[in-house]
Amino acid sequence: MTVEWRAIAPVLLVLIAAILGILAEAVVPRAQRFFAQVFLTVASIVVAGVLLVTNWRAGLGGPVAMGSMMLDAPTYFMWGALLVFGLISILVFAERELNGGVSAFAASAATVPGSRAEAEASAARLEHTEVFPLALFALGGMMVFPASADLITMFVALEVLSLPLYLMCGMARRRRLLSQEAALKYFLLGAFSSAFFLFGVALLYGYAGSFDLSAIATAVQNPTMGSGVLYAGMGLLAVGLLFKVGVVPFHNWTPDVYMGAPTPVTGFMAICTKLAAVGATLRVFYVALSGERWSWQPLLAVLVVATMVVGAVWGLTQTDIKRTLAYSSIAHAGFIMTAVVGAYAGSPTSPLDSVGSALFYLVVYGLASVGAFAVITMVRNASGEANAIASWSGLGRTSPLLAGIFALFMLSFTGIPLTAGFIGKWAVFAAAWRGGFEWLVIVAVLLSLVAAVFYLRIIVVMFFGEPVDGVVVGRASAFTWLPIAVAAIGVAVLGVFPGPVLDLATAASTFLR
Amino acid sequence: MTFPWLTVLGLLPLVGALVLALPLRRAARPVGLAFALLTFAVSVAVTVLYLGGTDLAVRQPWIRAFGAYWALGLDGMGLVMVLLTTFLVPVVMIAEWDVAGHGRWDAQGYFAMALALQGTALFTFLADDVLLFYVFFEATLIPMYFLIGGFGGARRRVAAVQFLMFNLIGGFILLASVIGLFATSASLGGTPSYLLADLAALPMPTELGRWLMIGFLIAFVVKAPMVPVHTWLPLAAEQATPGSSTMMVGILDKIATFAMIKFCIGLFPEASAWVAPVMIVLSLVSIIYGAAAAIASTNLLRLVSYTSVSHFGFMVLGIYVFTTQSINGSIFFMVNHGFSTAALFLAVGYLIKRRGSADINDFGGVEKVAPVLAGSVLLAVLSAISLPGMSTFVSEFLVIAGTWSRTPWVAAIAATGIILAATYGLRLYQRTMTGPVTESTQRHITTDLDGREKAVLVPVIGLMLLFGFLPGPVMAVTEPTAQAAMQRMQLTDPVAPAKGEK
Repeated sequence: MTVEWRAIAPVLLVLIAAILGILAEAVVPRAQRFFAQVFLTVASIVVAGVLLVTNWRAGLGGPVAMGSMMLDAPTYFMWGALLVFGLISILVFAERELNGGVSAFAASAATVPGSRAEAEASAARLEHTEVFPLALFALGGMMVFPASADLITMFVALEVLSLPLYLMCGMARRRRLLSQEAALKYFLLGAFSSAFFLFGVALLYGYAGSFDLSAIATAVQNPTMGSGVLYAGMGLLAVGLLFKVGVVPFHNWTPDVYMGAPTPVTGFMAICTKLAAVGATLRVFYVALSGERWSWQPLLAVLVVATMVVGAVWGLTQTDIKRTLAYSSIAHAGFIMTAVVGAYAGSPTSPLDSVGSALFYLVVYGLASVGAFAVITMVRNASGEANAIASWSGLGRTSPLLAGIFALFMLSFTGIPLTAGFIGKWAVFAAAWRGGFEWLVIVAVLLSLVAAVFYLRIIVVMFFGEPVDGVVVGRASAFTWLPIAVAAIGVAVLGVFPGPVLDLATAASTFLR
Repeated sequence: MTFPWLTVLGLLPLVGALVLALPLRRAARPVGLAFALLTFAVSVAVTVLYLGGTDLAVRQPWIRAFGAYWALGLDGMGLVMVLLTTFLVPVVMIAEWDVAGHGRWDAQGYFAMALALQGTALFTFLADDVLLFYVFFEATLIPMYFLIGGFGGARRRVAAVQFLMFNLIGGFILLASVIGLFATSASLGGTPSYLLADLAALPMPTELGRWLMIGFLIAFVVKAPMVPVHTWLPLAAEQATPGSSTMMVGILDKIATFAMIKFCIGLFPEASAWVAPVMIVLSLVSIIYGAAAAIASTNLLRLVSYTSVSHFGFMVLGIYVFTTQSINGSIFFMVNHGFSTAALFLAVGYLIKRRGSADINDFGGVEKVAPVLAGSVLLAVLSAISLPGMSTFVSEFLVIAGTWSRTPWVAAIAATGIILAATYGLRLYQRTMTGPVTESTQRHITTDLDGREKAVLVPVIGLMLLFGFLPGPVMAVTEPTAQAAMQRMQLTDPVAPAKGEK
């Protein structure tokens, strides 16, 4: 019985830092707690990143932790991406200047909204610093989720990443009822989907006699019993996975949760959850169920079309910027999944395959998402963030730099060339086309156009509208500006020179079985 | 390594656009103009080198995974389009020197966007790689969108959004075809490559080639624009400033006809021959409809934009009847139309600026109050209706003559466009310029063209006349492109039956 401590050190470090963070809540004096938590979080993620790179250069890999995790090239890439996006989106958590010296999280999340206890906590300028260890726990779960080599580990990881997220969603300092409602909805639906997932795991175990993904793959190749159980298990498992990805018809939580959650948390969820969920989906479908691709490809293709339609068309009708981006995230889940449906394995002369293109898309989508949500935290009125699109009117005149950067993110979401989003779209659509889903590419292209309407509407409002009284761009510290700058530079650079990251994603696209 | 002239040519205005993002205040406009003039100087240098026989082509791998290259090159058609672009942009800048912004959208923003548009448009004319072309083809939309939406009439936002949506529809459909080309290249050629030369050498299956070509063509038909997808143009031209309209119709829309020759014929000769009947019908419809709509327009700017729809019909007709004469005529028309529309938009713009209205009925007798302005409008109108002596006459004649040699009845229908053109052109002039001086003219049109306005119009009109009398040099430069297109189509010019034969 061996555990490859060094190989899994990045994950362990993040989880240990989370536990230390909980301890710090108990022992560090309140005055220093905020600083201590931020330091612990940032330091642990950075060190985990360094460990990850050294492990990767040392060529560590294969099944680890008694075969429960698979440290292969996609895992390395996803861990790297999760650490980078985790770091820059958690930085936004630490912003205190925007909100008059306190963080964006409830002074005391346990108090009843509108109660005296809440008012007292607020007056005492209390702050919840538990949000940092919670985020680290979620991040740890997200790292394990797509790396899992068996379904039980995957389920545990799913819960480890989900539970902190449910909590964090309910911790907004302003509009607390909305936030708590979002948390409850997310929790109920999430628990429901976890049950589906677990049921699917049980059925697949019944079919294959093992939780191991590779054992399931073998059983699919050499069936010993009828395929009814396999299909049922596969479907139920897919419900749990696609819920996290945000694929229609399991997308219903997205708009409410994105809107209700504190905006920094939304930014964190928008990319990190999606990365982990798409990663796990890829692993399950490509490793365990690749033998059944003829049965899941058409079904998934239908869901993908529905996802893009709902994301793009419903997005048109939104008036709240966070809700708009929630529908946008649904549409983008659809775009990513076109590559997954294609299941194109690459050829020696053109190695860009489905996994590589999906990974690259996640990176460029993540950059624009993190940046966009960070910008959203800065546009404020007297009652906090001004999330109505109408109140963003004229921002291009009052603060051209911020509006210009936000417009860049919107253009990247739209997929306009010279932004990273275009390269990402090209890559996933090319993978779908080469996988034999030409029709899906044409549908996706047309729905990109529909989605373009709402991104461009935001640009129109910002640049060609009259400024609204009372809406100001808050003075933010480096905790907000740094992620915005990283995202903007990333979007611009990857739009022109995508080569290195694209090659990295392509090289990291083979799952070990 | 030799000096990368073509890269510098395209990057220079883009750098200029970035420089204008700095708070330059009063220096902004001179700096912007300096960049535009410098670009013009570089384009002249490039012309000299090209005519001297220097190989200017640049080729560097860009995105290996996509098989995309940073590949720039020039042919005769590309060269004249580059010169047209680098010439028009400084002219527009001088014309729009006092452009009225809204709030922060001041002249600095206008100049920056004009430079961004110029740089991206130049790269579309230079790109020898399909993905590179696509990237810049789409990228031109963003500065143009801000030029329309930020400066101009009351409904400019609607116009900007409509402009962008129409062009994005075309652009996204083109994206599907571009991806399809990649897949074809990867599966047929082994190593994927977006180089025009590599793609042209692929043994393209007939069916697939037709589908992919349709994607390309839809984008270009919307962009050109041709009836029935032209509706964005009149609104955009009406709402944008005359300078923006000049760049939109004079430069941006030319990318479409340019690309029909370079990419549709270059990549899909079989499919182009297959689609030719449809394109000929569409171009005839555009010619007649555009002219008729111009006759019916009461708004001067809409009128001018409809004349362009009609003229684009001629250009597309010239391409799709496939004779050396007509294709070369089309290329020459692209250049002439650039000058012709620029003169018309700018001269009419001066008229509208004085009167404060674009309604044709608000004018009358202007020639007595502002003779120089009236003369400029007259020359521009005569060019628009292709009077002999004007450069447009040469090109229109070549298109119709080439068409006649292929299918006489098509030429006959196209020729009615000329008669209709005379109607709208003379109506425009007669209604606004001749007759008694109306009271409103008396009140509003108090000044004739000033020095700067003359400085804008003189070179444009001068070139119009020069190429009218001396079309030879330009035609000689573009002739090889037309011949190459014919060769690619594997067609020969129809030989006129000798007399007495029969």
